[in-house]
Amino acid sequence: MACNFTITVVIISVMLILFRLLYVFYQSGKPLKTRGSAGLASPLSTLIILGSGGHTAEMLNLLSVLQKDRFSPRFYVAAATDNMSLQKAQLLEETEDKMETSRSQFMQIYRSREVGQSYITSVLTTLIAMVHALWLMLRIRPQVILCNGPGTCVPLCVIAFLFKVVGIRWSSVFYVESIARVQRLSLSGLLLHKLRIADQFFVQWPQLQKKYPRAHYVGCLM
Amino acid sequence: MGDTEVTMKSKKTVFVTVGTTRFDALVKAVDTREVKEELSRRGYTEILIQMGRGSYIPSKSDGGDDSIAVDYFTFSSSIADYLRAASLVISHAGSGSIFETLRLGKPLIVVVNEDLMDNHQSELAEELADRKHLYYARPNTLQHIIADMKVESLIPYHPGDATPVAKLINRFLGFSED
Repeated sequence: MACNFTITVVIISVMLILFRLLYVFYQSGKPLKTRGSAGLASPLSTLIILGSGGHTAEMLNLLSVLQKDRFSPRFYVAAATDNMSLQKAQLLEETEDKMETSRSQFMQIYRSREVGQSYITSVLTTLIAMVHALWLMLRIRPQVILCNGPGTCVPLCVIAFLFKVVGIRWSSVFYVESIARVQRLSLSGLLLHKLRIADQFFVQWPQLQKKYPRAHYVGCLM
Repeated sequence: MGDTEVTMKSKKTVFVTVGTTRFDALVKAVDTREVKEELSRRGYTEILIQMGRGSYIPSKSDGGDDSIAVDYFTFSSSIADYLRAASLVISHAGSGSIFETLRLGKPLIVVVNEDLMDNHQSELAEELADRKHLYYARPNTLQHIIADMKVESLIPYHPGDATPVAKLINRFLGFSED
């Protein structure tokens, strides 16, 4: 009897989780309902993941055309090994309205993989990065995530997806594949696209849009 | 005075940049007698190398006896001034320096680092070379590319912008699109 009961509970739990997963997959990538007329829509807390070097430059280009009052407060995250990106973001924020920017925060995160690191040691470093990412995500719980690679964004986006499943927070994940990717997606891009973790996925070259029809072709950001 | 003005005008600098890491193969290639002679033949008077964390130290030269002057440094917080002062840029394939150079309208040769594990960088350089915005080389083809290049035939790059992405994001989130 007890055995049967346990089995039933397990089956029901698995079914519930599966249904929830299906719901999340179904709902991801669907636009949010219009939230009031222009100006009335409340701002969304936004996590901006800076990827270093060219990635950061592309992200800052995107930020410069986004309305800051809609994406607020803003949380900037960059790899702990990357000193330049947060400085550049701070510089961009300082040129904006002072009252607004005082709410922005800047944080560092352990990187899952350095350029040139072997795939085997990447497993361990990714694990450490995951734990740190979980702690950050619990603190921030962003409504919007903007990212464009490389690996730094993967743990954060995976956790955002788990938060969706568990019901902690529904965040919209936007991924812009780097301009350097012309023929093939990056590993991060491929993961977030294939696993449908990114709600919207942008590519900068038409060749990639042909290979991945769910992606949006947006032309060059640089 | 007149003399310095003449020398200032005739000064043509080649700026070589390897970015934030190292790219000894490129520094070595630039430092070969063949490449230096080829650059000199094409009218360049000076090579300035940003060599990053590389271990290969190029041979400094002040450029007497008609040879090309060579100088180097490891890093600079901003390479913008060096790019601006250059007549030709030879760069690693990082998108940062590629677009910074193209925006300044400087002739550019991108040299791909064949030693990188994940060598996706050649994609961007190849695509932009196909579109005639720059020249594409490997360390061992650099000399031929310099010999054959026609700087005037390069097509200026018009910088893109992020407004299409911003529009889609705004629409997705239920904001108005303006």
